Parts: sequence; structure tokens; C-alpha cells
Amino acid sequence: MNLLINGTAKDYSDSCRTVSDLMNRPEWSGRLIIVELNGEIVSRENYEITPLADGDRIEVVHFVGGG
Amino acid sequence: MHDPLVIGGTTLSSRLFIGTGKYSRNTLIPEVINRSGSQVITVALRRVDLTGGEENIMKHIPSHMTLLPNTSGARTAEEAVRIARLARAAGLGNWVKIEVINDQKYLLPDNLETIRATEILAAEGFVVLPYMSPDLSAAIRLRDAGAAAVMPLGAPIGTNRGLRTKELIRILIEEVNLPIIVDAGIGRPSEAAEAMEMGAAAVLLNTAIATARDPLGMAEAFRDAISAGRKAYLAGLGPVEEVAAASSPLTGFLS
Repeated sequence: MNLLINGTAKDYSDSCRTVSDLMNRPEWSGRLIIVELNGEIVSRENYEITPLADGDRIEVVHFVGGG
Repeated sequence: MHDPLVIGGTTLSSRLFIGTGKYSRNTLIPEVINRSGSQVITVALRRVDLTGGEENIMKHIPSHMTLLPNTSGARTAEEAVRIARLARAAGLGNWVKIEVINDQKYLLPDNLETIRATEILAAEGFVVLPYMSPDLSAAIRLRDAGAAAVMPLGAPIGTNRGLRTKELIRILIEEVNLPIIVDAGIGRPSEAAEAMEMGAAAVLLNTAIATARDPLGMAEAFRDAISAGRKAYLAGLGPVEEVAAASSPLTGFLS
């Protein structure tokens, strides 16, 4: 499955059927992250029931230092 | 002295808000919080870097702090609204610092877009604290749009140049019936004290502490200065006179 994550094309093959599958991958672990799927925020409680489809645009953001 | 600052229903005993940017190491942040006495802390939102290696800033922020995410990076009201909604989706509260900037040299805020973003977000139940250029009409429109406070700049972000906009901020304090929080530009504790003596409700700082030789010592200096300035404001400054007025009696000299 081809996903556009933070502007970068990623191929996660068959292992990512839902937002939950994607967020359980090691690169996101230990962070407070917020997910936008095709321009809509996905709340944490909906990760498991939100399916991913080929070509989806995903933004993954987190908090960083700032003033 | 019981003198709380209430913003958006939250009662604060500290009038020093701090940022989390520019620290030489983020492990300083909890100790800066401690030494400054601050209860409100700003953070920014960015894309996660897919190549990894970024540190998680949240692990340095104690859970008792009120989090004030900013919308830095936004150039329009729509972008600020999007960032604010993302921040709220993290589940850490509904405060937001609106920051809409189109000027890359001086990073001066776009007051018009800031007002538009404030209208939208206040209607959605956010506690909106807009960073703004100290213009009276804009501040009144922000108040009417539902801002919980307005945050005029003292000088451009990160410059440590002090209270350059003093006269305009003084007018906002006098004319706008909302907490006025001086945000950006304050470099010295004496400048923070001056803002508080004028009647500012609070001061938001980042660079002045983060880039000091000893950030922990500077955090404490600002805590004391802001406290002193607030006490002076509440006590009421004595009148300023043009010519000398003797403090000692002018009669009964020894002959």
C-alpha cells in the first residue's frame, strides 16, 4: 500500500490496514503524535476503526520546542 | 499576597509564561520551570521527521503545567486554525497561542489574519491568546472576537531588545478590558519588571532565559522581577515631579 506520509511516499505493503496499524510501527513509538488523514484529524479512539487506502495522504505531527 | 491571574477559567499564581525553544539541552526545561515558578509553557507543532532522531519535548514538561501550543508556521487564519485543532486533538487542553506571521525578517504578526483565526477558534471553545502587534483597534477586535487575553510584542521575537513598544502597550492596558500579556522581545528582568509596573497581566519569555549563560539563574531573576513589578503596580507608583520635593522637613535647622 502506497501512502504519502508527511509529504514522503511510503510503501507499507499489506501490514497497514488501519491508522492503528500504522501508528504501532516502531518509528512513531513513545511520542505524543496527532494524525491527519486526507485533511481530517483522526482522534486516538478511532485509530483502530479508521481504514487506510492506497494513495492516502497522512500528516503525522508532534510537539516540539517553541515560544 | 493572594493575587491570582485568571485566564479562560484557569487560576494562575505565576505571571511568567515560558517557552521551550532554543535550550542548549531540553533537560534544562524542568529545572527552568521550577526556578521560574511558571505554570504556563508554550510548545510548537511540527511534522514528525520520518528519518527519526528528534527528541520528544513532552517528556520534559511536568503534567501540572498548562500547555500553550502556538500556531507558529501559520501564514493565514486557516493555517492557524488547522494547527490549533491538531494541538487540541492531542488531548492536552484547549489553550492556543495564535501566531500568524508573513514577515520573515522581523516576524511581525499579521493582526488581520490573527483576528480572523481568533473569531473561529473562540467560537469552537478554545482559550485563545493571540500574539499581536500592539494596535488598539486590533486589540479591541480581538477582545470582541473572544480572545482570553491579548499578547502584544515588546520587540521582535528573539531579539532581547526590550519594551520598544512601551507606549502602545500602555494604551492597550488602559483601554482594553482584558489581560495584556507582553510576549516577545523582553531581554532583561528589569524590562519585565517595567511591563508589570505598567499593569501588564503577565510576561511570556523564551529567548531571554534559554540563551542566558545560566538559564536557571535567569529564570529565577525573571521570576523575582515579575513579582516585584506586579507588587509595585498593586502598590501604586508615587507621582513623578519636575523639580525637587524635599523628603525631609525644610524648617527647624540647627543654628
